Amino acid sequence: MNEYKPVANSINPNRKRRKIIGASVYCIFLISTLVGIVGLGVLIFDVLDKGIPWLNWQFLTDYPSRKPEEAGLYSALIGTIWLMFMTALLTVPIGVGAAIYLEEYAPRNLLTKAIEINVSNLAGVPSIVYGLLGMALFVYYLGSSEQFLGRTLLAGALTLALLVLPIVIMASREAIRAVPDSYRQGAYAMGADKWQVIKGVVLPSALPGILTGTILAMSRAIGEAAPVIAISALVYMTFIPAHPMERFTVLPIQIYNWVARPQEEFRGLAAAGIIVLLAILLTMNAIAVVLRNKYQTRSEE
Amino acid sequence: MAQILDSRRKFWIRVEGSIVKWLFMACASVSILTTIGILVTLLYQGYGFFNEVSPWEFLTGTRWTPILKPRSYGVLPLVSGTLLVTVIAAMVALPVGLMTAIFLSEYAADNVRRIIKPILEILAGIPTVVYGYFALTFVTPLLQNIFNDLLVFNALSAGIVMGVMIIPMVSSLSEDAMISVPRNLREAAYALGATRYEVSLRVVVPAALSGIIAAFIIAISRAIGETMLVTIAAGATPRMALNPLEGVQTMTAYIVQLSLGEAPVGSLEYNTIFAVGLVLFCMTLLMNLLGFWIVRRFREAY
Repeated sequence: MNEYKPVANSINPNRKRRKIIGASVYCIFLISTLVGIVGLGVLIFDVLDKGIPWLNWQFLTDYPSRKPEEAGLYSALIGTIWLMFMTALLTVPIGVGAAIYLEEYAPRNLLTKAIEINVSNLAGVPSIVYGLLGMALFVYYLGSSEQFLGRTLLAGALTLALLVLPIVIMASREAIRAVPDSYRQGAYAMGADKWQVIKGVVLPSALPGILTGTILAMSRAIGEAAPVIAISALVYMTFIPAHPMERFTVLPIQIYNWVARPQEEFRGLAAAGIIVLLAILLTMNAIAVVLRNKYQTRSEE
Repeated sequence: MAQILDSRRKFWIRVEGSIVKWLFMACASVSILTTIGILVTLLYQGYGFFNEVSPWEFLTGTRWTPILKPRSYGVLPLVSGTLLVTVIAAMVALPVGLMTAIFLSEYAADNVRRIIKPILEILAGIPTVVYGYFALTFVTPLLQNIFNDLLVFNALSAGIVMGVMIIPMVSSLSEDAMISVPRNLREAAYALGATRYEVSLRVVVPAALSGIIAAFIIAISRAIGETMLVTIAAGATPRMALNPLEGVQTMTAYIVQLSLGEAPVGSLEYNTIFAVGLVLFCMTLLMNLLGFWIVRRFREAY
């Protein structure tokens, strides 16, 4: 058994003093909790304060420009949307497949254990390292031979797909694990085999959870700048990519580009770009929360 | 007739089943292949670098000037820059995050927790380029009122903002550890006459210590690998300085700086980023493994 004798011994009979200490400690804890919240509030207020004057329809539909008053983030916005859907297309089938394997098929052996440890480790690898992998593998190794990949949308999406794969795998595993075993047993009792059970019962019930995890993974992906910079470099995009084999830029890179300039006007543009990016992320998170709540009430019925 | 059809159907169902099983296994192996890909990339390109620069010079050199002449390839300035920013971030995030976790797990009522936790999740979900903007355009000018000789690019404001950024990570992982401390330990302490803070600090925190330390380590590892914030706010001058009022360059910021410059493939400059990436990868990997190991090894089984 665990023993916590020191507590009993150290109880000070001086009640008043202990109450005062208790109250001040409570205040310190409360203030600490507020640090993060106040930080978030100040950040959002600052961004809105500096960015709103620059935010208008033209800002959304114009290409980047050297003149701040004519600059917009159209190409970055379209690039972000392209990249998000391509990344989802690449990462979801693989992530869900891996989750199904680990939850439903994998034997409890060393290899499975190794894959599990590996997935959680990959989630902790700095994103810029994925950028290095993508740059060496997709841009230069696969890109140099026959002009196949290079600094294209596809190379960016492949890199981000590897980056968010651990998140999708972990979220999907959780969703699959949450499907009650009685569902599976019911389906087996009807004579279904393993794949039919997974296809007909497990996946449909796990779908909302998988979708929520995927949306959250995508919101991580479109906020990433470092690995995408390694793939796309800083490119002055005055056109929008028409297919996955074209060059591209994304919102975080455009924001970085503006922040890095010394003039005050570009800081304003950066703030406006941040508002757009945060609005997209907030929308995605709201969708994920709604999905999660809907799913929770349904499973309680 | 129906029987034949039925058995044929069963056959195809079985074929389909075994095909998808192999497909799913292939999906799971992608994660292993990613790790191998990262290792091979870093080691292969790093090999090209270490062919020209001795590992000893790389790991112990105190000057990092790979682009300017006279060229020198000592990685220590980048490592010390990274550690300086990380230490500042840890000084902010570890105490604040731990106390936030104690507040949420021991003090806050359910409805308060339900409001605060999503806010902290938002904090964790904000892209790091936004934090970089915030550090450079808001925190640095603010700090310049206090420290007159604070440079525009400095380790201090990057570190402080990074600390705020990793608060949610410290607090949510530590809170998980504290919540799993069984209720009867707390009840026993209360029964002995302990006050709430005595229960929190002398019962719950010691009982959850392994989880808390793991949270610290994983958060620090995140800080080491953080890129855009330091690229934007900490500057691009690799130097062995402990003065947080000056700019430093971190390992990650160097990698971004060089990726922007489109160094010729296969050149020594191009290979430097993989050598630096290798150091970065090893540092974060070791810390993550240590964190997971502590969680597993010292988990209190109640």
